[in-house]
Amino acid sequence: MLTKRIIPCLDIKDGRVFKGTSFGSLRDAGDPVELARRYYEEGADEIVFLDITATIEEREIIADIVERVSKVIFIPLSVGGGLKSLEDIRMVLLAGADKVSLNTAAVDDPGLVTEAAEAFGRQCIIVAIDAKRRPGGGWEVYTSSGQKATGIDALDWAKKVSTLGAGELMLTSIDADGHRSGYDIELTRAVSQAVTIPVIASGGAGGPQDLYQVLADGKADAALAASIFHYGLYSIGEVKAYLAAQGIPVRLS
Amino acid sequence: MAAIITIIDYGAGNLRSVVNAVNYLGYQTRVTDKPSDLQQANSIILPGVGSARRLMDGLKTRELGAPLLDYLSLGKPFLGICLGLQVLFEDTEEDGIKCLGLLEGRVRRLPLEVKIPHIGWNTVSLRGDHPCLSGIKDGSYFYFVHSYYAELQDTRLVLGLTDYGARFPAIIAKGKLIATQFHPEKSGEEGLHFLRNFFEECL
Repeated sequence: MLTKRIIPCLDIKDGRVFKGTSFGSLRDAGDPVELARRYYEEGADEIVFLDITATIEEREIIADIVERVSKVIFIPLSVGGGLKSLEDIRMVLLAGADKVSLNTAAVDDPGLVTEAAEAFGRQCIIVAIDAKRRPGGGWEVYTSSGQKATGIDALDWAKKVSTLGAGELMLTSIDADGHRSGYDIELTRAVSQAVTIPVIASGGAGGPQDLYQVLADGKADAALAASIFHYGLYSIGEVKAYLAAQGIPVRLS
Repeated sequence: MAAIITIIDYGAGNLRSVVNAVNYLGYQTRVTDKPSDLQQANSIILPGVGSARRLMDGLKTRELGAPLLDYLSLGKPFLGICLGLQVLFEDTEEDGIKCLGLLEGRVRRLPLEVKIPHIGWNTVSLRGDHPCLSGIKDGSYFYFVHSYYAELQDTRLVLGLTDYGARFPAIIAKGKLIATQFHPEKSGEEGLHFLRNFFEECL
């Protein structure tokens, strides 16, 4: 049986792992290679590296991190943040990443999603969607680390990119991100039911019950979390044991 | 001296993960797109990411198809991964591409009632008693990423089966030809174990 994936996300700045709240203030959470190795040993199903500075310098630092990590960790690695062109994607894939996530660049140039899927295979192209609740209902897509409103409806965008060539979606609720009070279940369920590709839910994990809710009620195929793992609130093993006890299929080692 | 594993570079896939896993297990690698290297090889891995069209076109433009089939006809060690399993069959529904035709059967698209691609860790039900399965438990998890699956004629070749919308072969063996629909290089310690078995038993 296909299991639900538990994915720790490492936000990288100056070569270190950081964690912020609602796209705001930042706290240092450690060395990325050490953390990635620890998560691998604890049973992470995949690891995501996110460049939160989206600068050329940081991309080279991340490529170096991925190169070192990929020699000692044998689960899928994704890299996102600031990737704008086929060349950017090629660089991180050659460093050892298995997938990339496109966010702002996909909104600015939707054709890039198709070109990237054709060049590297759709299985390695994740489109990351940062969505924020609209006062009148529904959700709007934001880009540039949650700073810029696009006027695009999140459900429409999810459907569009899945036809353009995305292999997966990484869906972050801007409202929930960093607050550790649960994922946006309604958003996740709406997107997951609107598309036929897997959806990774992100933003808001505070404890194992939040992951349970987004996987069971939100219909997500995978749950991404950062701070609950980084600060040792819960280990990946503890989260998976909880989910298994609740009847969610997870990979236990 | 440890064996050198030849990894075919058909110009579309990211080979880094396979190279890293093979090196980690203590074997040297030669990544090549030259026909002469296939003629001299003692073990070959055909990794598969991207599309069937790119893989088959990549083999064709580099004139790797014929030497690969010659190599396989000698019964030497071979590991096909993901698309590297699928292209061993006659043809695929992915763009209607004709494949290598080494194994009887077709490659079909996963049914529409499941999310496609099939991405993630799924269980493999083992069948038979093959050295490549040594120490691997029935129902172990491996990492899959694919939208098509092989429907083969000779079910005696199947060492492992997986269910996702359809029941399909996850591991195939014919002599020293081994092929997996999953990615052993991305399947954690269990995947490394499988690769180690392949090297120890087939080389």
